[in-house]
Amino acid sequence: MTTTTAPARTATSHAPTTLRRRSGRRTAATVGFHTTGILISLAWFAPILVVLITSFRTFDDISANGIASLPRTFTIDTYVQAWNQGGLFQALVNSMIVTIPTVILTLLLSAAAAFGLSRFRIPFRRTILLLMLAGNLLPVQMLLIPVARLTQQVNVYDTLGALIAVQVAFGIGFYTFVLYGFMRTIPNELQEAATLDGAGTVRIFLQVILPLTRPALAALGALSFTWVFNDLLWSITLLQTSEKLPITAAVLSLQGQYVSSWSVIAAATVVAAIPSTIVFLLFQRSFIGGLALGSVK
Amino acid sequence: MTTITSVRGRRRISIPPPIVFALVLIPFLIEAVGVFWPAFQGISLSFLHWNGIGPATPVGAQNYVDLFSDPIFLTALKNTAIWIVLFGGISFVAGLGVAMLFQSERRGVGIYRTALFLPIVFSLVVTALIWGAFFQPNGVLNNILDAVGLHSWTHVWLGDSSTALYAVIVAALWREIGYVMVLFIAGLKALDPAVQEAAKVDGATAWQRFWNVTMPQLRSVNLVVLSVLIIDSLRSFDIVWAMTRGGPYHSTELLSTYMFSTAFGSHALGYASAIAVVIFVLAIAVIVSYLVRALSEEKES
Repeated sequence: MTTTTAPARTATSHAPTTLRRRSGRRTAATVGFHTTGILISLAWFAPILVVLITSFRTFDDISANGIASLPRTFTIDTYVQAWNQGGLFQALVNSMIVTIPTVILTLLLSAAAAFGLSRFRIPFRRTILLLMLAGNLLPVQMLLIPVARLTQQVNVYDTLGALIAVQVAFGIGFYTFVLYGFMRTIPNELQEAATLDGAGTVRIFLQVILPLTRPALAALGALSFTWVFNDLLWSITLLQTSEKLPITAAVLSLQGQYVSSWSVIAAATVVAAIPSTIVFLLFQRSFIGGLALGSVK
Repeated sequence: MTTITSVRGRRRISIPPPIVFALVLIPFLIEAVGVFWPAFQGISLSFLHWNGIGPATPVGAQNYVDLFSDPIFLTALKNTAIWIVLFGGISFVAGLGVAMLFQSERRGVGIYRTALFLPIVFSLVVTALIWGAFFQPNGVLNNILDAVGLHSWTHVWLGDSSTALYAVIVAALWREIGYVMVLFIAGLKALDPAVQEAAKVDGATAWQRFWNVTMPQLRSVNLVVLSVLIIDSLRSFDIVWAMTRGGPYHSTELLSTYMFSTAFGSHALGYASAIAVVIFVLAIAVIVSYLVRALSEEKES
């Protein structure tokens, strides 16, 4: 390190040598950068790869050669078994029944609240906004028992509807906060022009503000899809019937049944990871933007 | 309220159309019913003895007194502290490190970043199952150790009280570091590159530039990341539940998992609520500082 920086100071007198040394240093830095990058990537991909490969191996192959050995068999029976006996199809359907309405409802309600709070001088709007955000920051553990009781009292315990309602209620605060920040940056002239043209409040919301908020909505939508889809705690708190469990909870209970069948559990794990991975790949840019959106403002 | 704003803002008093109040109030009421009301109930439940079926008896602060002579609770408290320090600390340092490494756009960087944050999209249960295959007695790690002749190092990683907590933390880190990296990269991109250039011209070394230029500029991002990590640590539940259920012998028990098994396993609802309130109290300083920051930024702009 010191030997290379020393001649760099006397650059004028030894121009050709420094140039060569500098480019040599740059190559070394590039090689170092990519070596580090590749090693980190391999370390991060490896566990995924192992599970992916395991999911296509037979039980005998794994028990004879070990899980870390190179695969000697290829089978999709594992998937068939997980899909049919493990009830993964029903679990995926349940997940979708919960996730899609939850995402749409949360975004719609939060957008409405953010619209009201950001575009109009509502009394105590700042207090309302912070209170809503605060609700989302509460540790979920505080809510589990009272919410479970509430769903029992109104007779929706052990229904997917209860799961949707709870997740919508819990999500609203955060999404409202993010959308508020976004909507506030929309110039007032647009709204004034629309008002002069005789557009009503709801029309301004739906036809002027919402379309302009699309990037934020896409980011939050992708993000909340994975959050809701991946939830475990609310499902095991509010659901009892195993046929109603969404995939995350279902895969976990499958683990109990197939304790030694690595490959079946691996297959189920892959199935459970596919939908959110697809959403991520489709909306990669929005997704990453969304992650940063919520926290770095 | 309207008179104050009209004086201060010197603007036309525009009373919002009634429909606007509905647009704000409906979501707010939904959150009130689904979050605020249960939260208050959670606090009041913590002063009861109740199994959920029979009559509840008010016991004052007895649940809280009992907590501090409950060895499992104390273990869970200690583990939660370890979790915050190790999971939070390593996520922060490693996340910042890879963000510094992968912040600039250059060839290949996209793949490296994707590798790091791909795990974010997996559920914690999926993460737990992936790492379960790694840590099981005849799992990947032991297989590898055997293959390189380190048989004596092999271990029942998740079944041994001395290693289980750390094994779970490794799995949790795998998923969190990429997330922290995304936060830091967003923060780093927002910095003014001219300041870096100026420091470079002045002869500051890379290390000096990092500590004396980048870090001070990142201060608000650091605070956000720390808040997120502490809140995440206190909430952590899924990964532990899916990997060990708090065992063996409560060695991986966190406050969150102990609360859950107390509530839905032992049906001690008052006692479980007291644990939940403890989690809330631990989180409150972070929540308040987060809100204060949100408020000050809100006022600034």
